Amino acid sequence: MPLDIRIPIGLMLAIMGLILAGYGLIADSSIYTRSLGLNINLIWGGVLVVTSALLLALGLRRAR
Amino acid sequence: MTLGAVDWLLIFVYFAFLLGVGAALKRYTTTSADFFQAGRAMPAWVCGLAFISANLGAQEIIGMAASGAKYGIATSHFYWIGAIPAMVFLGVFMMPFYYGSRARSVPEYLRLRFDEKTRAFNAVSFALMTVFSSGISMYAMAKLLMMLRVLDGPFQRLGLDPAYIFHTCIAASAVIVLVYIFLGGLSSAMYNEVLQFFLIVAGFAPLVYLGLRDAGGWSALQQKLPATLTHSWRGFGSAQTNPMGVDAFGVAMGLGFVLSFGYWCTDFLVVQRAMAAHSMAAARRTPLIAAFPKMLFPMLVVLPGLIALSNNLIPFKVIEGTQQVVRDSLGSPVRDFDLAVPVLLVRYFPAGMLGLGLTALLASFMSGMAGNVTAFNTVWTYDIYQAYIRRTASDAHYLWVGRMATVFGIAASVATAYVAAQFNNIMDVLQLVFAFVNAPLLATFLLGMFWKRATGHGAFAGLVSGTAAAALHHGLTLPAGAAAGVKGGWIAVVHSYPSEMAQNFWTAIDAWTVCFAVTIAVSLVTTPRADRELEGLVHALTAKPRDERLAWYLRPATLGAIVLAATLLLNVVFF
Repeated sequence: MPLDIRIPIGLMLAIMGLILAGYGLIADSSIYTRSLGLNINLIWGGVLVVTSALLLALGLRRAR
Repeated sequence: MTLGAVDWLLIFVYFAFLLGVGAALKRYTTTSADFFQAGRAMPAWVCGLAFISANLGAQEIIGMAASGAKYGIATSHFYWIGAIPAMVFLGVFMMPFYYGSRARSVPEYLRLRFDEKTRAFNAVSFALMTVFSSGISMYAMAKLLMMLRVLDGPFQRLGLDPAYIFHTCIAASAVIVLVYIFLGGLSSAMYNEVLQFFLIVAGFAPLVYLGLRDAGGWSALQQKLPATLTHSWRGFGSAQTNPMGVDAFGVAMGLGFVLSFGYWCTDFLVVQRAMAAHSMAAARRTPLIAAFPKMLFPMLVVLPGLIALSNNLIPFKVIEGTQQVVRDSLGSPVRDFDLAVPVLLVRYFPAGMLGLGLTALLASFMSGMAGNVTAFNTVWTYDIYQAYIRRTASDAHYLWVGRMATVFGIAASVATAYVAAQFNNIMDVLQLVFAFVNAPLLATFLLGMFWKRATGHGAFAGLVSGTAAAALHHGLTLPAGAAAGVKGGWIAVVHSYPSEMAQNFWTAIDAWTVCFAVTIAVSLVTTPRADRELEGLVHALTAKPRDERLAWYLRPATLGAIVLAATLLLNVVFF
C-alpha cells in the first residue's frame, strides 16, 4: 500500500468533526428542536474527532 | 432542503479529499497493473470495505429504505440471504481460481477456462452494463438533488437559470469521478470507496439513532406497525401471506442462490476489488471481511424506511411538475417510498449534521458510479481492446488506453443519463435485457470451476440458451395487476405471479436451470480440454490452498463459519 489510507480518512474525519463540534458550540440552540433537543452537532462532531484520532494513530504507527 | 454555510463547507471538505486522494496516488500509478489491478498490493481490510462500498450505491440506499417501508424487515433478506452466503462461498471456494489463475478480470478467466467466444459474450455485455449502470446512477443523483432543491438557493443567489441545475449535477459528478480515476485508477477508486464507507456510516448512524429515539425505540415501533413488517419471516409460508408475494422456497432458491451467487460471485465490479489484494490469503479474506459490516447494514439502510413509516413522514407521490397526488386503482393516494431517507434527513438533522448526511448520500452515489467505471475500463482494455483490437503493444500504451477508456466510458454514461431523462421506457427495456444476460452466468462459473469436463462449446451454448430462457419466461408471465409489456407477458400470458419480485426470482431460477442443463449436455458431446491446460482453473486440478499455517482468525473457512453463524442469529432475533 503506497499510502496508508487511514491517514487521509483520519484527516478528513478530524476536519469534519471539528467543523461540526465548533458549529455545535456557536450555533443557536433553537435549531436542535429537530434533533429532539440534543446538540447532535457537538456530540457527533466529538465522536468523529475520537474516531479520527484512532485512525491517525493506527496509520502513523505503521508509517514509522 | 436549504443548506447553510456549514453544510456546504462539509461537502466541500469531502470533495477536496476525494480529489486529493486521486492526486496523491498519481505518482504511484505508472504501469497498467497499477492502474487496473491496484498493483495487486492492497491489504485485505481495504479490499473488503471497497468490496461492499462499490455495491452500496445510492440507488441501494434509497431503494432499500423504500423497500423497508414497503415490505418491512423482510427486506434484510437481500442482505442476510441475498448476499452473506454468496460472499462466504466466493471467499472460501471461488477466490482461489480467480486469484490463482493468471486472469486479470472475470471475462479473462472465462477465456482461460473455456474459450474466446464465451469471453467475448461476457466482456461485451458486461462493458455495456457498467456504462449503463453508471449513467443511471448519475441520472438518479441529479434527479434527487433537483427534487430536494439543494441547488436552488445557490443558483438564485448567483443569478443562474435553474434550468441548468440538472446539467450542473451531471457535469460535476462526471468530472469528479473522471479526475480521480484518471489519475489513480483502481487504487484511487478503492481508497475513495473506503473513505465513502466511513462517511456513509458517519452520516446514517446518527440518523437512525434519532429516528428510533423519536419513535420510542424498537419495541414501540414493533407495536405500532403490522407484525409482517417487523418480523423477517412472518408470512413466508406461502406467497399470498407476505408483502413481497414470494414463498420461502422462492426466496431461498431465487434470491439466496441464483441471484445472489450470480451477482457476488461472478460480477467483476465486486470481484475486481478482491483480485486487487496483495496475496491469495488476503483475496480470500476480502469478501469475508466485507460480510461483517454487510450483515449489519440493514440497520443503516432498511431501518430508516420503517422509521419513516412509523413516524408517518413519507409524503404522497405527486405527478411531476404538478401538485396532483398519484392515486392507485382504488383511489387511495400512493406514498413515495423513495423519499424515506431524504425526509428523515430533513426532519431530524439541524444545519451541520444535514451537511454530513447529504455528504453521505453523495458519497454513496460516487462510490456506486466509480465502481462501474473502473470495472469498465479494465474489461474494455484487457478483454476487448487487447483481445480483439491490438494484441501486442507496450505496457505504457495499455495504460494510456485505460485512461482514455475512463474518459469515453464516463462520456457514454453521461449520454445514458440524458437518454434516461428523455425515455424512461428504453431504460426499463435495457435493464431487462441485462437481467436476462446475467441470470444464467452463475451456472457457467460453477460448472467451469467445479467440473473439469465442462467445455467451451458447452459454456457458450448454455449461456445463450439460458439468456433465451430468461427472456422467454419473462415474455410468458406477468405479475398480478401489471399490464403486458415491459413488465412481462409480451409473448402471451400463461402464468401470473403475485408480485414483480416473485416473477424476477423465478425468471432467474429458470435461466439458471436451462443454462446448467444445456452446458452439461453440450459438454458431454464435445471434446474436453487436456487436464494440464486446466491446472489452477478447476477445483480438481488445483492444489488446495494451505490455511493451516495461518492464525485461526485469518483462515477463510473459520471466518466464513463465524459470519454464517452470526447471520443465522440475526434471522432468529428478527424472526
